[in-house]
Amino acid sequence: MIPAAFDYVRPADLGEALRILKDREGEAKVLSGGFSLIPLLKLRLAQPALLVDLRDVGGLDEIGRIDGEVHIGGRVTHRRILEDEGLAAILPIMRDTAAGIGDPQIRNWGTIGGSCAHADPAADWPAVLQALGASFVLRSADGERVVPARGFFVDTFTTGIEPAEVLTEVRIPVPGPRSGGAYQKLERRAGDFSTVGAAVQLRLGDDRRIAAIGIGLTAVGDAPFAATHAEDAIRGAQPDDTMFREAAAAAARQSRPTDDSHGPADYKRAMVAEMTLRALRIARDRAGAA
Amino acid sequence: MSTHHISLTVNGAIREADVEPRLLLVHLLRDVFGLTGTHIGCDTSNCGACTVHVGGVSAKSCTMLAVQADGLDVRTIEGMADGAALHPLQQAFWDQHGLQCGFCTPGMIMQAAWVLAKDPDPSEAAIREGISGNLCRCTGYVNIVKAIQQAAAEIRAAAETQTGAAVAAAG
Amino acid sequence: MTTTYEAQAPTTTPEVGGMGHARKRVEDARFIRGAGHYIDDINLPGQLWLDIVRSPYAHARIKGIDDSEAMKVPGVAAVITGKALETYGLHWMPTIAGDNQMVLPTDTVMFQSQEVAAVIATSRYAAADGVAAVMVDYEPLPVVVDPYKAMDASAPVLRPDRGEGKQNNHIWHWESGDRSATDAALAASKTRVKEHLYIPRIHVASIETCGCVADWDAVNGHLTLHMTSQAPHAIRTVLAIVAAGAGLPIPEHKIRVITHDIGGGFGGKVPVYPGYVLAVAASFLTGKPVKWIEDRAENLQADSFARDYHIDAEMGVSAEGRITALKVKTLADHGAFDSQAAPSKFPAGLFNVITGSYDFASAHVEVDGVYTNKPPGGVAYRCSFRVTEAVHAIERLVDIAANEIGMDPAEFRMRNFIRADQFPYRSPTGWEYDSGDYHAALRKAMDLIGYDDLRREQAEKRARGELMGIGIASFTEIVGAGPSHDFDIIGLKMNDGAELRVHPTGKALLRIGSQTQGQGHETTYAQIVAEELGIPASDVKVEYGDTDTAPYGLGTYGSRSTPVSGAATAIASRKVRDKARKLAAHLLEAAEDDLEWTNGKFSVKGSPDRSKTIGEIAFAAYTNYPAGMEMGLEAVDYYDPPNFTYPFGSYICVVDIDKGTGQVKIRRFVAVDDCGNIINPMIVEGQIHGGLTMGLAPALYEEISYDENGNNLAGTFMDYLLPTAMETPAWETGKTITPSPHHPLGAKGVGESATVGAPPAIANAVVDALWHLGVRHIDIPITPQKVWRLLHERGIA
Repeated sequence: MIPAAFDYVRPADLGEALRILKDREGEAKVLSGGFSLIPLLKLRLAQPALLVDLRDVGGLDEIGRIDGEVHIGGRVTHRRILEDEGLAAILPIMRDTAAGIGDPQIRNWGTIGGSCAHADPAADWPAVLQALGASFVLRSADGERVVPARGFFVDTFTTGIEPAEVLTEVRIPVPGPRSGGAYQKLERRAGDFSTVGAAVQLRLGDDRRIAAIGIGLTAVGDAPFAATHAEDAIRGAQPDDTMFREAAAAAARQSRPTDDSHGPADYKRAMVAEMTLRALRIARDRAGAA
Repeated sequence: MSTHHISLTVNGAIREADVEPRLLLVHLLRDVFGLTGTHIGCDTSNCGACTVHVGGVSAKSCTMLAVQADGLDVRTIEGMADGAALHPLQQAFWDQHGLQCGFCTPGMIMQAAWVLAKDPDPSEAAIREGISGNLCRCTGYVNIVKAIQQAAAEIRAAAETQTGAAVAAAG
Repeated sequence: MTTTYEAQAPTTTPEVGGMGHARKRVEDARFIRGAGHYIDDINLPGQLWLDIVRSPYAHARIKGIDDSEAMKVPGVAAVITGKALETYGLHWMPTIAGDNQMVLPTDTVMFQSQEVAAVIATSRYAAADGVAAVMVDYEPLPVVVDPYKAMDASAPVLRPDRGEGKQNNHIWHWESGDRSATDAALAASKTRVKEHLYIPRIHVASIETCGCVADWDAVNGHLTLHMTSQAPHAIRTVLAIVAAGAGLPIPEHKIRVITHDIGGGFGGKVPVYPGYVLAVAASFLTGKPVKWIEDRAENLQADSFARDYHIDAEMGVSAEGRITALKVKTLADHGAFDSQAAPSKFPAGLFNVITGSYDFASAHVEVDGVYTNKPPGGVAYRCSFRVTEAVHAIERLVDIAANEIGMDPAEFRMRNFIRADQFPYRSPTGWEYDSGDYHAALRKAMDLIGYDDLRREQAEKRARGELMGIGIASFTEIVGAGPSHDFDIIGLKMNDGAELRVHPTGKALLRIGSQTQGQGHETTYAQIVAEELGIPASDVKVEYGDTDTAPYGLGTYGSRSTPVSGAATAIASRKVRDKARKLAAHLLEAAEDDLEWTNGKFSVKGSPDRSKTIGEIAFAAYTNYPAGMEMGLEAVDYYDPPNFTYPFGSYICVVDIDKGTGQVKIRRFVAVDDCGNIINPMIVEGQIHGGLTMGLAPALYEEISYDENGNNLAGTFMDYLLPTAMETPAWETGKTITPSPHHPLGAKGVGESATVGAPPAIANAVVDALWHLGVRHIDIPITPQKVWRLLHERGIA
């Protein structure tokens, strides 16, 4: 329960933070909310030499809308996302998700950037952001790049981020008209990590068929992933239960759950189908109401 | 390993210490400042017994470093009473038998205080959700919910009396 | 907002605050301010910290322990290994169950997270660094986790130390009842229902973990042990015996065990864990106070567990729907050492109360204990000495039997309950139930929940394919260990003392041998004195926990405080009252027989204005007492209960099942309890709420399981799932009051009743929801995946 010793620095701005990360590349870990990193330090599963605390770095905690995209700073807490009315109005899936991450105290401090950079295979944001077709802004002392969320979550606790980079912003396309999304999280108990998490964001065309679809899954693979086979199964189709069941089945087939304390693999696979189906139905209802 | 000098406000008073970066906030409060009302019940950030307020927001102090609280305002259970006058939550927990062994109680009261600060008139479901990060083994939560409801009513009534008095004074 | 509590009508005023009053708790004054004194709040000058190196393997030979790196860590003062303890003969210690347990191993570790070495350091953090730096070389050995395989002749012998003739893993065999009569009754029964039940290992996980500060004063040769202990006197005696065995100069009169505030016990703070012994040894060796506080992972992975009973049970039912016989065979997985805190002649605790609330003549119960590569323990989870296991089995079997013969489970129970006029009732396994009215309790529960309407609703829902279940549990508990003729723990009789002293100004001091961990003894015991003597409860100070001053007691667990210690308090108060009568006679110049007592004063019969209050009498005890009488007004009583007390109740649970996910949602839960006369109804209700929640937990969420390598699969709170306020229903409670005929106050214990009754009520509800689909039994915890699999196999999910 006691971390191993480490050094600590709290830079005053992003430039300083990035310089330190470059100078101490490989030895330093970024500290955002701390609710993913500090538990690891306490178990001594991570023993970085240096913690770089972003607490005083400004410009990373805004929620805004620019050029058809919602921009969410990497240091925005789950709590702020949960409470943002503007965000809930256009992307209710974000509120769904924030409401179920950890418990109230964890939501007060954990951040979306920290959660994504940490990339727990059962984390919720990675699945949701892949369903939304989001992208991440990664900055280093050498510049900035924007990468899609799809493809960013490579393996268990492994992303495309470089050791000297900071995930400064999440960018989500503003959904068009007749859009709806939902997140369905199956957990054993309040505050738990997902047993299965299914994220759906869809847009209906003028013909009321599914014009665009994104489905993300978590806790049923080495990393959260986009259920592309399920997406392919219903893109362009009528949003009815028959098609939804096909998509749900495809999502289940694409999953690679393992037996663990959350349950056996066959149960989880069945729950992928169930949670995907429920998310699809709610997303469709929200799109119809939109 | 070098220490960092930190200065923070704890229950309204400036406190300073030279700490290792790895020192957990809960250990700063308990072992360095002697404020043993905040308790440790687990090592995976689940139980909530360590809940305090940092910058007015409830936090699990076992999952924060003391250095992260440098320059910030921290409030613990020891800062809830106003001298001899108990905070309405403390009184309500007592009145409603919302505690038995007392170990989860400080964290539970601190979390409840934050819940009520955000939502002065919470439903029972909202209360239960608000304390879902605080484990209690003794009470079965029924009386804790009643205590928070009692405190909420009392705090609302006091606010209305103040508002009423202010209106009367202004009128 | 005021709550009304059910209790017998008080006979004292609220100002006096005797029995039946919902007196607000005295101890809360410090707890709500964060001013409690829990073990980690105790810090002594010069204190060192102790932390423990633990085995990652469930069974392994220790090839070597290298502490060279650990000794280089700044602040580390020493590393203690089994070999070091062996020179003092302290590497093994006796257990409360008459076995031996390693303090530290000298060559073999027996379970994952077993203590392997202790690090002493000048700070908490340095001790942790020291632990991380100790290097242990292990050679893994074959692991035995399946208790049935452990019983095989071919299984590795886990405890070769037990000597010749005991080279197997079988610990003991115990039986009760009449085997041949039971077999005959079963054979003659119209219906026989058999079931195998596994009640898994769980862990009590009170929010405060265990710990101590051992303070050896070398100058005076005195040990003070601040400790989280539910039984401080027993600890003192055991320590004295262990020290004597090791040739250490720590006799019992020079040991003082002090328990301050405990953050929950529930049985988990009864055993002597190696950490305590190590802290004492370290303090002795260094001459400094040594603090040991375990963290949650250590607590969950090494401290005393509960349950782990594999039960085969069979019930016979006659053509009239009457139970005829019960036969039970159980395999008890005790882990690597038998350290269960059960009375010495009862290695399966009070498990043979398994005949339950029902009237039938024949039963046979047998239990075999077995060693496996898991932590030791057995009764630490509010379980009333194996009564949770017993009640779960009988209540499940009753439901299966009722459904098999097509009878409503409530009706089956009513038909088979022991009747109120049959008490005191002798059970087929030899228990004499003191009092009860089981029909009234179940009737009340059924009325409160609207049973008939629920059955109608269930029928409608079933027709639509919706899954709704109603489950009943009607339990009989047995608490208050125990009568001296049969009950002891390592020979120490379970008769607790109470010492009451009344001061000249009429206030009183009560010292007791029980040990509260949240049950509110400072409040309730004062109410007993108030009841007996009319001294206001607020004028009675209650002390406990310091073995130098508290009278001997076997502590608080098994719901024994009110039955034993509470009774001692009542009798001590009556002894005081007897002397008070003599003083009153002296003051009033009347004969003792001419005086009558009405709460708080003696008056002359027929002349009520000629009276003396207890306050006046107290003053006289020090200032004006008759020649030949000793000064003072005090008494001691050690109470030997003539019998256990038998609280009981009926619980009814309503569940709805989500067919898509298998999740069980508790819609309503009504608990009707009867614990006889009630001291403080507010506190009793709190105990019920807490007990129900500790019944919900194993029913749906909690299990400590191991893989085939002996790895603990639920070793942190991330996977060992305690219910939060969101999982916990708004419990509904009711009372009936059937006083105990033998207890001085007519009271019974109550702390564990709800933990006993809740799991079968919940399990019965879930099975009830699925019975029509051909489901007969589901072992707890009833997880969503278990329900889903049953539905999936039947083509429903």
